[in-house]
Amino acid sequence: MSGPHAPIGEDDLQAYIDDRLGAERRGVVESYLAGHPDVAERGATDRRLRDSLRAVLQAKFAEPIPLRLRIASIQAARREGRALRLRRVAAAAAIFLVGGGAGWIAGRSPDTYAARLAFGGVAPVSEDAMSAYRTFVVEVAHPVEVGAANEAHLLQWLSKRLGRRLVAPDLSQFGYRLMGGRLLPGGSGAGAQLMYDDSSGRRLTVYVRAATGNETAFRFRQEGEASTFAWIDRGFGFAVTAPLGRNELLPVAEAVYRGFDGGSEAGPAQKG
Amino acid sequence: MTDAIEQYIPALRRYAFALIRDHDGADDLVQDCLERALSRWYLRRSDGDLRAWLFAIMRNHYIDGYRGRKRRGPHVALDEARELSVPAGQDRGLEAREAMAALDQLPEEQKSLLLLIGVEDLSYEEAARALGVPVGTVMSRLSRARQRLRAMLETGPTTYLRRIK
Repeated sequence: MSGPHAPIGEDDLQAYIDDRLGAERRGVVESYLAGHPDVAERGATDRRLRDSLRAVLQAKFAEPIPLRLRIASIQAARREGRALRLRRVAAAAAIFLVGGGAGWIAGRSPDTYAARLAFGGVAPVSEDAMSAYRTFVVEVAHPVEVGAANEAHLLQWLSKRLGRRLVAPDLSQFGYRLMGGRLLPGGSGAGAQLMYDDSSGRRLTVYVRAATGNETAFRFRQEGEASTFAWIDRGFGFAVTAPLGRNELLPVAEAVYRGFDGGSEAGPAQKG
Repeated sequence: MTDAIEQYIPALRRYAFALIRDHDGADDLVQDCLERALSRWYLRRSDGDLRAWLFAIMRNHYIDGYRGRKRRGPHVALDEARELSVPAGQDRGLEAREAMAALDQLPEEQKSLLLLIGVEDLSYEEAARALGVPVGTVMSRLSRARQRLRAMLETGPTTYLRRIK
């Protein structure tokens, strides 16, 4: 700080309040304060307030520290956390390997679900599509949120929420007509479900949501009566679900793939 | 390492409580701070400024997350300070509670300055490291913070009652 003859500064006054001046400088400040009672009074108030805060908070300082804040507890929790993370990575790796193989039924624990989501890929898309199918295909009163009568509005709305232009693929060659669609939660964002039916009342859904991964091959999966073909294309996951066998559903899935301007003429190779 | 850190836990809890004014929330903040300190132990400077380092970790974490959460979360009562016993007589206790209530009204930066220097007894240099500003800035802000606290108490309690958010 300043030498003994330097003029009194704000820093001197603060250091005086905090008792952090050397004896010599303190003397200089004290004689200044003697001649400036208003400044001295402000300093005294500041000091009293500081002491008040200290007094109120002293009880907190004196409390015994809780067990959870012991360093040993925190270290133990850290070790546990590391082990858990390792298990998750191992679980995710296992899923990845198994999921790469044939029609794999998803594990149900939330941890493995999270692990799979972290990996992205086609399996969660297929699973989401399947559960959306099961939920809404049985719906009699409100199978869709917006009906096919308002198709333009429906597609515009869903496109906006998905962040991707959505079309309703024409499936009339298979006898399916568009009923309408709805917005759903999907992955970390929004998902869209389009629903079709045929003259016998059989329903088919097309499900779309953002998804990571570059596995473009069709992935087949069957649960009960319902079958799903799912794939990923340029940041979006697609799934076609219907109560059809694999061979009947495949041409529909290929048509949907082409309908979403998937590119190639024949559609992706089948897998799984 | 255990002893080196643990000796500062009472002080960290006190600072956390003064910031958050909720006992459990304060301990959560301290716990997060300690976890971070352990995971970054290798980044610590070896020149003995462990205390300033710990306060810096905690304050940064508070600024990053806790402040926003607190604003949205349940409100902490003005009476919280009464749970803490004030050793001196009645009048002194009243002024102490008013001082705490006024402190709550200050911006975090001024609040932290008053706490770290006035209550935790950090040197001006340590406070500068904990707050990530030059020492000169600490001095000028400290002066303003004290002035503001004083002014609040002089204008009487009604003007600084905590808003119910």
